[in-house]
Parts: sequence; structure tokens; C-alpha cells
Amino acid sequence: MDKSKKSKFITGLVITGIIVLLTLWGMIKTPYDPYAMDSGAKFAKVSFSHFFGCDQFGRDVFSRVLIGIRETMFIAASVVFIGVFFGTILGMITGYFGGWLDEILMRFNDAMLAFPSILLALVIIGIFGPGKYQLIAALGIAFIPSFARVVRGEVLKIRNLDYVLSVKLYGASDLRILVVHILPNLKTVLLSTVIIGFNNAVLAEAGMSYLGIGVQPPEPSLGRMLSEAQAYIYTSPMSAIFPGLVIVLMILGFSLLGDTVGKKH
Amino acid sequence: MKIFKKAFSLLLVLTTLAVALCGCGGDKTGDSSSHITIGIPQDLEESLDPHKAVGAGTKEILFNIYEGLVKADKDGNLIPAVASNYEISEDGLTYTFTLREGVKFHDGSTVTAEDVLYSIERNADDGTGTALIPAFLNIADYKADGNNIVITLATPDPDFLQYMIMAIIPASNTDPDTNAIGTGPYKFVSRAAQENVILEAFDDYWGEKAYIKNVTLKICSSADTITTEMLGGSIDLFARITTAQAMQLENSDFTILEGTMNLVQAMYLNNGVAPFDDVRVRQALCYAVDPDAIIDLAFDGKGTPIGSSMFPAFSKYYLDELNDVYNVDYEKAKALLAEAGYPDGFTFTIRVPSNYQPHIDTAQVIVEQLKNIGVTAEIELIEWESWLSDVYSGRDFQATVIGVDASRMTARALLERFGSEAHNNFINFADERYDENLALALASVDDAKQVEYYKECERILTEDAANVYIQDLAELVAIRNSYTGYEFYPIYVMDIAKIKPVK
Amino acid sequence: MRYALRKIATMFITLFFVSVIVFFSFSLIPGSPAMNKLGTEATPESIKALEHEMGLDRPVAERYGKWLLGVVRGDFGKSYSYNQPVTKLIADKLGATLLLSVMAIAITILVSIPLGIFMARKSDTKLDIFLSGFNQLIMAVPSFFSGILITLIFGVVLRVFVPGGYISYKTSLIRCIGYLVFPAFAIALPKISMVSKLLKDTVMAESGKDYVRTAYSRGNRTKSVFYKHVLFNALIPVITFLGMAFADIIAGSIIVEQVFSVPGMGRILLSSISGRDYPVIEAIILLLAFFVVLSNLIVDLLYHKFDPRINV
Repeated sequence: MDKSKKSKFITGLVITGIIVLLTLWGMIKTPYDPYAMDSGAKFAKVSFSHFFGCDQFGRDVFSRVLIGIRETMFIAASVVFIGVFFGTILGMITGYFGGWLDEILMRFNDAMLAFPSILLALVIIGIFGPGKYQLIAALGIAFIPSFARVVRGEVLKIRNLDYVLSVKLYGASDLRILVVHILPNLKTVLLSTVIIGFNNAVLAEAGMSYLGIGVQPPEPSLGRMLSEAQAYIYTSPMSAIFPGLVIVLMILGFSLLGDTVGKKH
Repeated sequence: MKIFKKAFSLLLVLTTLAVALCGCGGDKTGDSSSHITIGIPQDLEESLDPHKAVGAGTKEILFNIYEGLVKADKDGNLIPAVASNYEISEDGLTYTFTLREGVKFHDGSTVTAEDVLYSIERNADDGTGTALIPAFLNIADYKADGNNIVITLATPDPDFLQYMIMAIIPASNTDPDTNAIGTGPYKFVSRAAQENVILEAFDDYWGEKAYIKNVTLKICSSADTITTEMLGGSIDLFARITTAQAMQLENSDFTILEGTMNLVQAMYLNNGVAPFDDVRVRQALCYAVDPDAIIDLAFDGKGTPIGSSMFPAFSKYYLDELNDVYNVDYEKAKALLAEAGYPDGFTFTIRVPSNYQPHIDTAQVIVEQLKNIGVTAEIELIEWESWLSDVYSGRDFQATVIGVDASRMTARALLERFGSEAHNNFINFADERYDENLALALASVDDAKQVEYYKECERILTEDAANVYIQDLAELVAIRNSYTGYEFYPIYVMDIAKIKPVK
Repeated sequence: MRYALRKIATMFITLFFVSVIVFFSFSLIPGSPAMNKLGTEATPESIKALEHEMGLDRPVAERYGKWLLGVVRGDFGKSYSYNQPVTKLIADKLGATLLLSVMAIAITILVSIPLGIFMARKSDTKLDIFLSGFNQLIMAVPSFFSGILITLIFGVVLRVFVPGGYISYKTSLIRCIGYLVFPAFAIALPKISMVSKLLKDTVMAESGKDYVRTAYSRGNRTKSVFYKHVLFNALIPVITFLGMAFADIIAGSIIVEQVFSVPGMGRILLSSISGRDYPVIEAIILLLAFFVVLSNLIVDLLYHKFDPRINV
């Protein structure tokens, strides 16, 4: 690892570490009840008692940001899990067996990839309706094709490696080959795909919640907070800037890590 | 390096150009002599047919395009419009309207008795015993007599005149859905879905003509960008902003006018589905929700708490004491829940249209308040179009926060919808006593008695906790200082013709 | 030529799959568009009658066939909620979204290519390290957030443009572009970072290759080697990336349109999704997919032209 890579890795680690700490903080206890309204504290300015000030209901923005990070992390993780889980299965089956099944599934996959995941998720939300879990399902499904494609490509390569061919000669079953011999080899490519996927999921969640079809109020989500605060940007621009900055930090941390772990793209 | 320099200078030129062009664009907003851009929170309904319009947001705009034989003025009185005068016989059964001379439709044709009969026919009994305007079922006969329209009722109805604000449309118009032709001070020019509606002052209007020639109604479906657009200069008027939005406009060239919206804001409960089919559950919610706190938290104290489906502007029918039936009492609420079989509370969903910030804010406070009795409410934001189809028409909801307006200056407009058979009874309210009183009120000839029956209906709604009543919202209208003349009406309309530029 | 034909055929097959997916998934949604349309006046009989009139009582496959035939002829059917042909309804909005997307990609190219070359030439200087770090940061800013910041800075503080003051390109193309520059910049920002970084990396990699060293050693002047060989080869992956980025840019514009209140496809897509206006949704998705696939095709063909060895 050269010097610049190393410093990138460390910066990424520090930023992600901070985000993880904030997530844990949000899971244990927030300074204020993030839902509690206080008419006296409406649009309170940034201060020691309210790090990020208060919103239009007098709710503590910092506490809401903590919960928002937790929500975003939860959603992104669930989305990536769905994408990786089904994408790996799909990619392994199609890549390993090939044939007409591969042909049809990959055509289908290409069609799904033809439109960006946000658009795909919008269509799926159109079917499921808006909401947090619907959003997870929609983004999860939208993420499957890209994972499937990466895994399939890797399986295609591994399938023809000498040792896999020889294991096959010894009469190992297809299932065994897939699980024991191919799956572990996908680790490296999956790791970098997962990090990129995680990043995209954070971005997509924020975008969809910004559009009002993700996490529903009063539950805080960084995207939702951003869109609500936009209405009050003149008198309290900080309510918009803090959640926005946190999104930036989350993505920055993960992308720095993603750049240094595994291959690019 | 050459390419780099070229590209860079090109970019520089483009940016400067853009900035310069925008600069010109910005100046344009100062010129307000005959144009105004009014922000509206949702697109008009699919059909511009005034007899089909459902949403208050559509009707308040159509008010400028269409007129009835009579129309409402800002004090809530009915004044002659397409008719120049009217007479009511002593027995209250015969109404004679005299057509005003030379009233023109927007297509240039003159209003004839035939057009009036056609308009009545569209709203009257369709042969199956139902009518677009249920009050028209009472019409025994209607005919033209030269320039007069004579309507005979089966039984007297003190409210009948209120229904004659029904729009008069030309019989010759084959496509009233898209081709809006009325007699109002403004004529419809064009619309672009989810974008804008363009109106233009009607030169041949019979009455006082509109001051502003061109009107753009800009659809602002996102509540988040409204203030930015106002301050930026692309919206000149927005009726019904929130207090928090009004705060953004302090020290700007906007004036905030304050009136009341004249609607019944409530958390409407679907009385037909569990758990709200149990009156105790509904009452428990009423005990837990505190309208005063909502008004304080979300509306800076502006707004009038109400306790039933009636607002103070209808002073004849309004009962102030219904406000005190459910004062906050968590213990009582919990006891009621336990009695109803929910000792540990329950979870339900409030569907709120995403384009109405006041209702979203109200719902957020309600969610907080209900936590006190162990009830978990979840908010689901839906687009206005879905609200209309799913919640209002489809009645597929548990609870919703919305304001219900009166399209006419009668208690009937607010109360008839809760009759168990009413087609617009979207909360599935069903109460025999209510139906009886409503029927008595509708059949009543004597004004005082009718008022008493309506009041009884209001009491039943409160006692039965049909809905969690909240408030009559304060109406904050933001208008750019270069315009004046905005008038508040006791019904939900925006009279654009009265707005004029400041000289 | 055969390569191109094959690619074009693949494009149509992909679009066919898109249309199948979109059409059939929307046929599965519960809720009747007919009821939606009738609103409060709906009775079971009138719903049935309207469903018949709208052809909704026919089998899905038949409806699909009819729709597809129409689409081929440029007829996307009639919007359920606006009572007018879909084509007419979305034509202007498609124009706005495409103009915005094309401007975003133009800005990306105009800024990132000189910037990438500049960074490669200054590699390992302090300026480059600063720019690289800055790039990394910009890449992490979602376009709707940069959109809000741009509105705040240029619209509110500096008053360079009027937030929400979009002017249709039909009224004045120049003023329309003048407004769209700001959202286009918001969309382009992260792409500029990505492209300039990619270009810098490829230029660096290419410069280190044997043939370049040979060219230098033969006494070629640096500039001509750079532009003839290095840049030319380094641009190939950049073009591929831009092709992929176009899809993202179209999707990004749907969100950024909301920030800047641009009446493009985003607004109508959101409202027709919730209003269950299937013909409109299907048309928008299919059109967007068409532009995405088309941009991929163009990239494939360019790629093929630049580097004929590629055979997929």
C-alpha cells in the first residue's frame, strides 16, 4: 500500500469510525427525546444545549440526526443484504450452469440494469406504496441485478479454473462445488461491491426520503430532514446543512474505504 | 493545453451568459402591471367540469371561471350574478330568476335560458333517484318563461337559494372536462399537468372586470420549496401558508394577511374499520389529543379550536360548548381503551396528503400526544391524487388529517355528508339518531327548528366522537407588496378578480 | 457494420424486456384506475362500465399487445387522470428533463476533461493533492444537497437566479438554459469529480506504458505524444464511463428537478405513480430506459470504432 492510499484508508477509517460511533450513540441514548416537541425551543439556534439547534417543532436536531443515521444505516444494510443475498444466488446459478436459464435471466437482468436503481425503486414503490419497509424492499430488489452481474462474471472465471474442474472430475456435486469451492472465492469481489453498494444505498435512501416516499415523518431520516429543513432555509439554514453534511460524511468515509479495499469499480 | 484553455474559456463564456440572462429574468418580476403568479398546492382535478369538481383546491379556482345564477360575496351573502334578480313565492316553493341581460360566456355566446335549464338538468335527478346535488331531488319542476327561470320545489327548503351558486355552463359545450367555458371574470386559457394553469381576464365580463390581465397558477406540490420561490420572486401570492413559512418571509417584500380558513380540520377516523368502529376508542383519542397544544406547537397559537363539524364563521349553527366535551384526560382515555379491549394501546396509520404542510405538522403533533396513552400512530404521506382516490373515494384508511370545507353557506354542506347513506360519507359514520335529526333538518321548513336539528347533529358527532376535531385553521396569505386587494371569504374560494397591482 | 446491427438488435430486445416488466408489474397492482377516475361518484356499475370502456376488462396479454402496437407507432395511449394522450402530456416535460440531462453531461465533459488533464500534468504536486482530496469530497455530496446549497448561495444570497423561476424552453430557450445551468451543475458536480479522477488515473497509466516511452525516446515533442497517444487512449474508458453516467444523470435529474422546481418528468412521474396513471408511468419508464439504452449503444459503437479489437 503506497503512502497516499494509506492516508486515504486511515481517513476513511476515522470518518467511518465516527459514523459508527454516532450510530451506536443513537442506539443507546440520545441527548433529547428526538420526537419530543417544545414550543419554547422552536428554531433554537446552535448552542451547547442543542449542538445542531432545533427544528420547527422545537425538536433537537442533533438527537434527530443521531436517529437518522441509525435509520439510514439500518436501511442501507438491509438493502445491501437483500441485494447481495439474492444477487449472489442468482449470479452463482446463472454463471455456473449457463444455458438457456442464464440467457433468460441475464436478459431480464440487463433490462433491469437499463434503468438506474433509483428509477427502478420508484417503480417498485409505485407497486408497494411508500414507507420504510417498502423502501427497503424496493431498493433491495433494485440492487439485485448489479450484484448478480458481478457475481456471475466472477463465477464464470472461477468455474473454469483447473482445480474446480478437477474437483468436478472427482465427482463432487454441483451444490458442493458452488458452496465449498466457489463461494469463498467470491469474498474479495463481494467486499468491494458491498462497500460501493452500501454507498449507493445511503445515497438512494436519502434521495427517496427526500422525495417523500421513503421514511415517513415524524421518524427522522437524513433525507427527510433535509427536505423539511429546506422550507426553513432562510431563518435556520443549519437545520438543512447538518443532516446534509452527515450524509456527505457517511458517503465520503465509505468511498475512501471502498477505494482502498479491493479493486476499483 | 490549448484544448484546455479553449474549453475553459467556453465554459466561462457560458456561465457569464447564463448569469447575465438570469439577471434579465430577475428584473422581469418587478413588472407586475398586469400579471400575477399565484402558487397553489396541487394541480386542479382532471376535469374542469364545475359540476364534477370535488376538491376544495379545484373549486376555489373554478370560482373565478364559473358563476351561478347567484354567487357568494365576501360577507357570505348571496348576490345576483347570471340572474339579475330573483323572487321567492310566499309559500317558499317557487323561485323565479330573471336572467341578466347580455351575460356572455367566454366563447362569446350569450347566456340563454336554455343554458340554465341544461345546467340544472345535469345536477338534478338522473332518473335513478340520485342527483349530483342531492338538494335538487326536491325540485318538482323547472322551466323557462321567456327570460325567467321558474323552479318549483316539492317541499320548501330555506337553504335552496344556496344551491343556485351552481355554475351555469353553455349547453353547446360538448367537452366541459377540458374546455372550461363559464361566465366568470377570468377565462381558462391552458393547463400543463403538474406545472401550471393559465387564466386571462375576460373582457366581456358583465360586472366589475378583473384588474390583472394574466394569471399564472403555479403548482407547487412540494411544500419545501414554496418560501424559496416566493423570496426568489417566482411566486407573488400564496394563500394558506404555515406560521413557520410566514416567519421566513419576515423582512421581505411580502405582507402576511390573516383570516380564517373556514374549514373543519380534524383527524378523521374511519368509523367502519377496527379499532375505530368502537366509540370508546374514538373517545379515548379525543381525550388524548389536545387541540390547544397543536395550535400552539404547529401554528404559533393561531387557529380556533373546534369540537364538531362546524366552524365559528357559521355563527348561526356553531356551538362553542362542544369544545369542552373532551378536555385532555389521559386516565379516562386509558380506561376507555382498556374497556374497549386495548389496555396496552394499539397501532394505526394516519394517511396525510403530502402537499399540505399544516396537516402534516398537525399529524406529527398528534403522534406525539397519542404516545401518552400508549397508542402508536404512524404517518403515511400520500400524494393528493391518491388521497382523493384511496381515502376519500375508496375509504381505504384508518385515520387521516384533513380540513373539510363548506362549499355553500349552509350547515347542510358540512353535516349532510355524515348521513349513513351519504355518498361522500368517507368516514363511514353511521348513527340512527343522526340520520333522524338530519332528515328532520332537511325536511324542516321553519328556520329556527332546522337550526336546532342541525345543532343536535353536531352534538351527536361530538358525543359519538365521530372524528378527533381540532381547529379552524388560521389562513395566512402571503402577498407581494406590489399587489393588494386580497379578500377573505367565509367559504373556501380565492377571488382573483379583486386583486390589483399597487400603483 | 454487423457489430452495429447486432448491438441495435440487442437494444431492442432489452427494451422489449423493459416493456414486459413494466406493463405486467403494473397490471398486478391492486386498485382500479377506473374507480380512481370516477372519484366520489363511483358506483359498482359505473366502474364496470368505465373499465369496459378503458379496455381494462380484457386479458392482460391482449392489453399488452395492443399497447405495444401503439407504442411502436408512437402512441402511448391516453392518460387515466388527465384525459389526454400521454404523448401530448409528457412531450414538454421530456424536453425539460432531456435538456437538463444533456446540459449536465455537457458541463461534466467541459469541466472534467481539462481538469483531469491538468491534474495529470501536475501530478504529485501540492495542488494535485489538494484537488484530489477536494474531488473525493465533492464525489460524496448528493446532488440534491448540492442543489440546496446552490439555491441558497446563488438564489438567495447572491440573487443570481430566481429559485423556482423556470421558464419553458418553448417560451425562451436561452432563458430556459440560463435557469437550468444551476440544477445541471448540481447534477454534474459529482460526475465531474469522478471523470476527472478517472481521466487523471488513465492518463498516468498510459504515460507509463512502453510505447509512450519509446515515442519520447525517439525525440518526439512531449505535446504531440501526449495528445496523439496518451490522451487518445486514456479517453476510451472515460467515454465508457460517461455512457454509464448518463443513466445516473437522468435519474439524478428526477430528484434535482424537485429541488429547483423544474416541471420535468420527475414531478409527473411521482404524481402518476401515486395516481396509478399506468399509461403515463409506462411511457416515462420506457422512454427513460430508451435514452439510457441508446446512450449505452452510442458508447459501445464509439468504443468499437476507437478500438476495433473489442468483440463482445
